[in-house]
Amino acid sequence: MFKIIEKTNLAPQIKKIVVEAGEIARKARPGQFVVIVSKESSERIPLTIADLNPQEGTITLIFQEIGFSTRELGLLGPGDSIQHILGPLGQPTDIENFGTVICVGGGVGIAEIYPVVKAMKKAGNRVLGIIGARKESLIILKEELRELCDEFFITTDDGSLGKKGLVTDILQDLFTSVEKSTHTLYPNRVYAVGPVVMMQAVSNLTKMYNIKTIVSLNPIMVDATGMCGSCRVSVGGKVVFGCVDGPEFDGHQVDFEELKKRLNSFKEKEDSL
Amino acid sequence: MRNKAKQQDIGERIKNFSEVSCGYSNDQARLETERCLLCKEPLCVKGCPVGIDIPSFIRLLRENKPEEALRKIKEKNNLPAVCGRVCPQEDQCEGRCILNKKNIPINIGALERYASDYGKQSAVGSQQSAKKNNLKIAVVGSGPAGLTAAADLAKMGFLVTLFESLHSAGGVLSYGIPEFRLPKKIVAEELGYIQGLGVEIKTDILIGKTFSLNELFEKGYRAVFLGLGAGLPQFLGIPGENLDRVYSANEFLTRINLMKAYKFPEYKTPINIGKKIAVIGAGNVAFDSARCALRLGCEVSIVYRRTETEMPARIEEIENAQEEGVHLQLLTQPLRILGDDKGFVRGLECQKMKLGEPDASGRKRPLPLKDSDFVLDVDTVIVAIGQTPNPLLGKAESRIKVNPQGTIFVDENLMTSIPGVFAGGDIVTGADTVIAAMGAGKKAALAIDNYLKNQVKSAS
Ligand code: FES
Repeated sequence: MFKIIEKTNLAPQIKKIVVEAGEIARKARPGQFVVIVSKESSERIPLTIADLNPQEGTITLIFQEIGFSTRELGLLGPGDSIQHILGPLGQPTDIENFGTVICVGGGVGIAEIYPVVKAMKKAGNRVLGIIGARKESLIILKEELRELCDEFFITTDDGSLGKKGLVTDILQDLFTSVEKSTHTLYPNRVYAVGPVVMMQAVSNLTKMYNIKTIVSLNPIMVDATGMCGSCRVSVGGKVVFGCVDGPEFDGHQVDFEELKKRLNSFKEKEDSL
Repeated sequence: MRNKAKQQDIGERIKNFSEVSCGYSNDQARLETERCLLCKEPLCVKGCPVGIDIPSFIRLLRENKPEEALRKIKEKNNLPAVCGRVCPQEDQCEGRCILNKKNIPINIGALERYASDYGKQSAVGSQQSAKKNNLKIAVVGSGPAGLTAAADLAKMGFLVTLFESLHSAGGVLSYGIPEFRLPKKIVAEELGYIQGLGVEIKTDILIGKTFSLNELFEKGYRAVFLGLGAGLPQFLGIPGENLDRVYSANEFLTRINLMKAYKFPEYKTPINIGKKIAVIGAGNVAFDSARCALRLGCEVSIVYRRTETEMPARIEEIENAQEEGVHLQLLTQPLRILGDDKGFVRGLECQKMKLGEPDASGRKRPLPLKDSDFVLDVDTVIVAIGQTPNPLLGKAESRIKVNPQGTIFVDENLMTSIPGVFAGGDIVTGADTVIAAMGAGKKAALAIDNYLKNQVKSAS
């Protein structure tokens, strides 16, 4: 049993909970995730660890209520307990001083770039942040990220906050302007988390500029320990398991079309709940 | 005549997940015990990987003392209710039974099950453990190997903690073997017995991730047993394997057994299957998958490249499956899985095979027949061609020596390349039976006991 000690609504349908999970808080590194089972009858669902506090023994989870299981989790509040949490899982983000790193977050993926931005900054990188969502009310963590990033950009589809358009528009602008001025500011690495279409668009763009791009994938998982293969994705023509080999992969190698299809495997069933 | 336990009616059982075999009635059990010759030098015991004193427990049953019979079994076997149900007795005790010469071996499996089902009330908890010695031991993985090692070590007096990464303990007994062969209530009772011996079970902990092996030693554990199992599903490597509605048997069975997808929507984990399923493979796991799919209302074919004779599954399971209506698509090799534009399976392209000369495994090698390609009309494919050892810990702990086949290297005492860390079961042998893993768990418990005794000796 893992007790929820704090809960905040960050945006419509996006919730943040802080949970007591001492062993995981002591061990986790940026980019890793946990699997939670809200109640005995619930699914096992993976959630990225958005933040942690090893002293207090807590982890922070930020999730969007997109299906039954996340809605069920969203019903729990401070004092309630999550039945099971397993972690930290997956390979941590490769953090070092690369020089300039651009971190791109879309939708609830913004929560996932937060620990990476923090760690990349700490490692001495110059960090540029780009976050985007459909509209202003869905933009989360903007103050926290603005504080950390050397340069920071926001986009919304409807223009209600920041620039109207997509995160890739900003990225494209950056590449073009940097190219025109000085190459010393050229990004050494791009890190992107968000909807599959966004990660795909970012990867397509950075490929043209030949900038190494890491994406964090969200395939469907069951055990998340490498036992079932539900999470399999094709990367560079090879089948790998998202839960143990990932969740982060080279965005230029990922078969995003296949991933999109696989994410629909259970949609009909899930929508019936 | 050999007494067969009653089974649930075929028409009924294919609609539910309740246990197929109803087990012996009192009369049947007595009749069967009376057939036993109570051999002076029993061969059956030699066939038992954990060495149960079979004639003695049968005699106790004959005297109508199921509690004592169960206690006798539990001297050697910590999971009799499981073994009575899923052991391949035909290859072990019953295969060696002297009456097997006349093809009427004693139904030892059914008797073992009877003893555990009828003797359990008083036997649980009555097992006296040795005095606790305050030495802590970590057992990693709560499948048959881990449970056996944990129980034996607890009986020897060690303080045992059993770590399981999933949210329920039991390993393959929970996620793999379906309810209709091994009810989860039975697994829970066996786990209860093992906890009654003083074993502490901690779920939701993945060793290698939540704690490293070093951390276990830092926490005061004096030795570690790794019973990690063969959890890595194999795929065929043919085109189309990543289409929707292609499952590894592990995923399919885990969704159904552990996550209870067959009770969807009461349980929230879905399984998405169509009407016609092909299960590729012919081992017990393939048949378990096929029979689960059947119970979910599908037409099911087992697709196998050899013939029925070469099938690795237990004969009883093959018979049960056929009775229930599972179709055997023999001498058939899958070539590719065909998909529709949404990414779902729409067919399985195969070719016909014939049997040639025996290969290295001694089984006849399947050879393709020219121009025999055809498409099986299916909308779901389950790949059940085997599992290899779980690589997670070996990757996380570079000091663990791993063999080229992925199994963990151990010496003759089941000790790995790290002193004090032992391993056994499928993680060492590759996929094998429940009882073989239990045998390894027993052996490891003894080895750990020896190892720690020597340590204490050299320290003093
Ligand atoms: S979720 Fe089961 S193997 Fe990755």
